[in-house]
Amino acid sequence: MLSYTIRRLLISIPTLLFIALAIFLLLELAPGDPVASQPLTIPPEVREQMREALGLGQPVHVRFWKWLLQFFWIEPQVFIDWLTNGTGPVGALLPDTDYYLPCSVGAGESCDPRILSWQFRSPVMDIVVQRIPQTLWVVGTAYAVAVAIAIPVGVYSAYRQYSWFDNAGTFITMVGFSVPPFFSGVLVIVIFSVQLNWFPSIYDTTHEVTDWDSFLYQLRQMVMPVMVLALQITSQISRFMRASMLDNLNQDYVRTARAKGMTEANVVLLHVLRNSMIPVVTVIALGIPSIFGGAIITEQVFKVNGIGQMLIGAIEANDIPTVQTLTFIFAVLIVLFNLIADILYGILDPRIRYD
Amino acid sequence: MKLKATLLGAAVFAAMAPAAARAAGSEGPRGRDGEVRIIYWQAPSILNPFLSGGTKDTESASIILEPLARYNERGELIPWLVDEIPTVENGGVSKDLTSITWKITPGILWSDGSPFTSADVKFSYEYCSHPEGGCAQLTKFEGVESVEAPDDLTVVVKFAVPTPHPYQPFVGNESPILQKAQFENCTGARAPECTEQNFGPVGTGPFKVVEFKPNDVITLEANENYREEGKPAFARMLFKGGGDAAAAGRAVMETGEFDYAWNLQLAPEVIAQMEAGGKGKPVAGFGPLVERLMLNNSNPDPSLGPDERSVVKPHPFLGDPAVYKAMSMAIDRPLLVEVGYGKAGRVTCNWVPAPEIFNSDGLSCDTQDIAGANALLDAAGIVDTDGDGIREKDGVPLKILYQTSTNAVRQDFQALIKQWWSEIGIETELRNISASVFFGGDPGSPDTFQKFYADVQMYANTFSGTDPQSYLGNALCDKAPTPAAQWQGENMSRFCLEEYDALHAQLATTADINERARIARKLNDMVVQNGMMIPLVHRGRISAHSNSLGGVRLNVWDSEIWNVADWHRIDG
Repeated sequence: MLSYTIRRLLISIPTLLFIALAIFLLLELAPGDPVASQPLTIPPEVREQMREALGLGQPVHVRFWKWLLQFFWIEPQVFIDWLTNGTGPVGALLPDTDYYLPCSVGAGESCDPRILSWQFRSPVMDIVVQRIPQTLWVVGTAYAVAVAIAIPVGVYSAYRQYSWFDNAGTFITMVGFSVPPFFSGVLVIVIFSVQLNWFPSIYDTTHEVTDWDSFLYQLRQMVMPVMVLALQITSQISRFMRASMLDNLNQDYVRTARAKGMTEANVVLLHVLRNSMIPVVTVIALGIPSIFGGAIITEQVFKVNGIGQMLIGAIEANDIPTVQTLTFIFAVLIVLFNLIADILYGILDPRIRYD
Repeated sequence: MKLKATLLGAAVFAAMAPAAARAAGSEGPRGRDGEVRIIYWQAPSILNPFLSGGTKDTESASIILEPLARYNERGELIPWLVDEIPTVENGGVSKDLTSITWKITPGILWSDGSPFTSADVKFSYEYCSHPEGGCAQLTKFEGVESVEAPDDLTVVVKFAVPTPHPYQPFVGNESPILQKAQFENCTGARAPECTEQNFGPVGTGPFKVVEFKPNDVITLEANENYREEGKPAFARMLFKGGGDAAAAGRAVMETGEFDYAWNLQLAPEVIAQMEAGGKGKPVAGFGPLVERLMLNNSNPDPSLGPDERSVVKPHPFLGDPAVYKAMSMAIDRPLLVEVGYGKAGRVTCNWVPAPEIFNSDGLSCDTQDIAGANALLDAAGIVDTDGDGIREKDGVPLKILYQTSTNAVRQDFQALIKQWWSEIGIETELRNISASVFFGGDPGSPDTFQKFYADVQMYANTFSGTDPQSYLGNALCDKAPTPAAQWQGENMSRFCLEEYDALHAQLATTADINERARIARKLNDMVVQNGMMIPLVHRGRISAHSNSLGGVRLNVWDSEIWNVADWHRIDG
């Protein structure tokens, strides 16, 4: 298992490099101009100077190499420094490393340039770190809520196939599947914010949870985006769970287990559920990178301003360093969670061994 | 001396404004009204307006950074950090029009408590004019030879040539003053690396930054060193960005979560519906923004090579006055306004509809006249000879390719205009292009508005400030985009008229405001009458504020929120 894991990790290195190159070239070939969003009143000469100040004058391969260097060499240094400089989580345990040499304080030529966004002129990673909490709070909670609802619903629907519960579940998941969040989001805003005035329609990213009341406010502002997102995810996962349970419930081993006189609960929850989880685990694990990817539409509708909103904003503004970095992070997460899902198979089904 | 009168008016107005505000019951200590919440559906990315020219960025920065002088909501120049506006009469502008001397009001402090001096002003010029800085506001310093600071409160701007309108550098929200002490090490190539400075500039404005989250939210608090006693009325400000115009309007007018929403580009009926929510109301202001049809004066025939298409002249039929006049007469402009913009639109026949003194009244176009248009074409001998319902001019059928950017209102306009033109025997093919490509200016793309590979294209344009001289310069012969110039240039129509160029040169040397206005109006008429464009709608800007927010005076000539210092809470 360990050697398998290591082998997979090693294979993923060329894969990721290839993905990085593909993303870079795609962005390079796509039409678009980072200063296009500037007002028409700015004349072309000034635009050209602005482009050059962004580093667009350099050839493609030089820019790609620079980006690789920044992403794999300079940004990790910044991260290690942050871990050890006392403000990070393990700051007290480790000596301050101070690898990274910042450029801003008159450091001369030998400083380490970080990946700078063209929109903000600030390090992309700093903004990612700033955006992650909102996204994890909202999208992460939605995912957890959705999984917690979907699995029992899927199990019970399959166990009582064609009962009224199953039929109602099918109907609701159909609705959840087919109604897009830009509709359901605005609908809940109109009902719960405009008409009933229960929840705020705009998410306050500056809100800090310090006591019980502020925690309640945080819950109130999270309710609508979480529910809109959870409806979609629940629909998806509960359908998978139900289908997978149905496949297993008619198998011979289930009849054997019942014949041995095991209780129904034992049969369903231990034997069938465990076997049914295998495909569902893949779906859940592969969905986790999308939590970090944020929910582009839902974040826009509720002004959560997390990673998804950052990505769409960067695409609109042709902010290539940001788009490149974010998409690459997603690629890394997807490769990683693919691996985790494969390893989980082995734990759920002892027959699956990779060595 | 109209300028003097204007300035006097401005002075009187400035003197009266506090009185008016007091009448509304807005007196009291600084920070008495708690928090004010603003929402811009385009989120600010950076608070340094020299590094981004986007409206969202310059306007959010205008809460913090200020210029020496700015425009009020009527487009009048008013002193801001100086005692008075320099003119030739008061000796502030030299007789030969090559220098202007600003006298800074004594006692102004930065929000960190240090004094505001002429060195900061001089530094702001150096910062922006640095060749490696990529400054977005460089045009504000066009023609500036040097900026000098003879003493702490005097700034002298010298121009290379006589400049009749010297109110560009350090005027308006696009040319504010940065603090030298803060940005000293951030010039040139260093500019983008100064994240901390660009995200939290020290300013002289009524608020200062507490925290800036790019493309998300700005938290601000009252500047305790602000020069006016008892202002701002609010202790804190939350400036949220993101989402869409509908959500912003809803948050102010329906749920009341926010106090002010910027630029609500929404269908008129949507705004009316939101207003019915009863928590706030829309306000409109009109700048010089005009939605227009640009007519291609060159030949866009696809069979021409890349060096000739949309370069060689003339156009097979659009150069005929009968054709473009008939096209204009066939359009029902009041209907377009009603369909597309409602309260935020007005009929216009002019390229420069504002400020008021530059608005020509020589043209009329507010009634549709299909019969008249048909008669005009018939009289010019442009008739349908082969019975297919389309007129021909010298054997060339009047078939038009009409392009614009992708936008719901623009596509409605296209459909209506296509219908009207079909009624006068002109066949129209419609095309819409994603805005980022259309306005993107990529010389490799065939779909940019500079290349203009079509007969007619529709978009809106405007100018900043109140002086249209450089905007009128967009119709000069040598401003036409060509392959040799990488398709750069602002004269999209490839309009070229010798008399126009000569008259524009005269404008550039005239200082008297009334004479300038007369020439500008004449230039405007020449452009419209000679087939450069068909103006359609004078577009305004709609914003909304809550019923409990007082002191809002929507300004389209400067930052929209130029007077946040005067905003206060009222019973609403």
